[in-house]
Amino acid sequence: MTRLVRRQGWVAGLLVLFVVLLVITRLIQPGYGSGDFGSLVRAVLPYAFAVAAQTIVVIAGGIDLSVGAMMALTSVTAASMMDGASEEYALFVVPFVLAMGLVLGAVNGMLIVVTRVPDIVVTLATLFVLQGAALLVLGAPGGAVAEWLRATIVGTVSIPGLPELSAWIPKALVLLVVCLCIIWIPLKRSKLGLSIYAIGSSELAAFRSGVPVARTRIIAYALSGLFAAMGGLALTMSTGIGAPIPGPYLLASVAAVVLGGVALGGGKGGLLGPIVAVFVLRLVRTDLTLLAIDPNVTAIIEGAIMVAVVMFGAFITMRSRQS
Amino acid sequence: MSTTAIQPVPFGRRLKRFMADRPLIPLIILLVILVLVLQILRPGIVNERWLANTVKFAIPLAILAGCQTMTMLTGGIDLSVGTVATMSAFIMATQVVNHDPAVAILIALVPAVLIGLVNGIGVGVFRVHPLIMTLGTSLIGTGCLQVYQRTVIASGAKIPPFLAWLGTGLTYGVPNALLLFVPIAVLIVFTLNRTGFGRLLYAVGDNEGAARLSGVRYWQVITALYVISSVLAGITGLLYIGLIKAPSLSLAEPLVLPSVAAAVIGGTSIFGGRGGYTGTIIGALILTVLTTLLTILQMPEGARRILFGLIVLFVTAAYLRIIEDR
Repeated sequence: MTRLVRRQGWVAGLLVLFVVLLVITRLIQPGYGSGDFGSLVRAVLPYAFAVAAQTIVVIAGGIDLSVGAMMALTSVTAASMMDGASEEYALFVVPFVLAMGLVLGAVNGMLIVVTRVPDIVVTLATLFVLQGAALLVLGAPGGAVAEWLRATIVGTVSIPGLPELSAWIPKALVLLVVCLCIIWIPLKRSKLGLSIYAIGSSELAAFRSGVPVARTRIIAYALSGLFAAMGGLALTMSTGIGAPIPGPYLLASVAAVVLGGVALGGGKGGLLGPIVAVFVLRLVRTDLTLLAIDPNVTAIIEGAIMVAVVMFGAFITMRSRQS
Repeated sequence: MSTTAIQPVPFGRRLKRFMADRPLIPLIILLVILVLVLQILRPGIVNERWLANTVKFAIPLAILAGCQTMTMLTGGIDLSVGTVATMSAFIMATQVVNHDPAVAILIALVPAVLIGLVNGIGVGVFRVHPLIMTLGTSLIGTGCLQVYQRTVIASGAKIPPFLAWLGTGLTYGVPNALLLFVPIAVLIVFTLNRTGFGRLLYAVGDNEGAARLSGVRYWQVITALYVISSVLAGITGLLYIGLIKAPSLSLAEPLVLPSVAAAVIGGTSIFGGRGGYTGTIIGALILTVLTTLLTILQMPEGARRILFGLIVLFVTAAYLRIIEDR
């Protein structure tokens, strides 16, 4: 019970931090309004999916270094398939790319299970492979995206009678919440979700209690691949093109996972914390930009914050292991 | 193979054991095969000039792979070597405009020491996974370099003649870079095999808990290790710019993945405790020849990366099998 309170307390604290940062943003830039919030959410979208992908694997006791490369590959695949194609063709592209993420994620998991090489090495190798594949699909940034896909993340929802409120609910946020909930809530309530937490908490104990460890691990990586594919699609949707070079999503995802209260050892935490954490991290970046700090300096500060967060997380994990 | 006495052991087992005992021999065989394939594909390509060129390009890779070898022996990895090498090269090239080359080189090695120190403290004291830690510092380093670039954009850059001489020059057909590489290689091999520090690295990688209980100060060893690795990477950057002669913000970045692959091919276990530098040097030579081969076959950059990834995965998996067999 106390653990539950502590965990929810952590998420609540993050939410408070987010609101405080929003207020600070308002103070720095009095004109910061719903439109700016919309663009914040659009910027967060790929990060949020990367974080979701990382979270599920970390809960299962692993780590996925190939998240960024997977997003790059799915993004260029989507962009190059939609390039010059009709609007309806995108209806086929989206499920195809999602399935591709699912399969590639499952391949990650299978390689870990079959070769018994540690996850960090396997996903490092697949990071190289996926990066190379992305370069093969599209040598330079390019491609295109269907207009209706772009429209799904631009603008706000319209709730009749509540124009004030609906202005603050960007479509991108709705898309994010729907995509995450559709997978996460049924998972969390199912036996499979419990198994994922179980193998992360103690693989041996899970095995002895009859949890199919290998299968659960493969499914966890497959879901991670699915989330990464969503991230890749979100990337293409928000930029309109595909870029074969992975962005800084790997470090950002690990930092947000740690900041979101998911133990790097596995078995603890939820999805909400990391998602709020990624909003916090992005908002810090927005604030730095609004303060007219050189974007390169912003990148340094952001990197330093992420490294500090990861160091803090590792320190906590070490302390809890010792006690 | 004729040296092994006739035993009632299946050939496959015997071969495996042979490879596990003398990892260098299969590596050299592989290298020779690759050179032969090259010679068959392009008859006459293998000559004195080609040899000198291959050695020249293998040297920076081999030094960086040395960083990976030493960190991998403790169960770590150093992904910041590319950024560190790029930083030291770029800073040297821009500082040499206003300063004496020796001073410029010293200035250029400062960030290398700093990044190594941060890596070492993060890994040794805070126990962050080395991969994440070095990735983070390399991101920060790249950011710093971009900011730095703005401040020196007007002053331009140049490369001191003696670095160009060291990087590209030949003396009687032998690359001058060997003057730098041979002492470094001897030093690394000597450190790993003959000194207490080297033994500590193996001990920490083999069984950290046991090493700790026997009185090894883990964080000191790790911090020293990552500083050494960073300084070596910085020196590589200086050598590499003498070879490439065009300072850029992504100079040594393409060497990072091959450096990991070279150490893994050379028989250093990514889990720590096993391996050595001689294998890594041959691994670097193999990768350089392989790159030439792939270039001749007109293999695109993407396919090359895929190949490197598969090599790392395959060799690690095979390595685990061999260990488990014994």
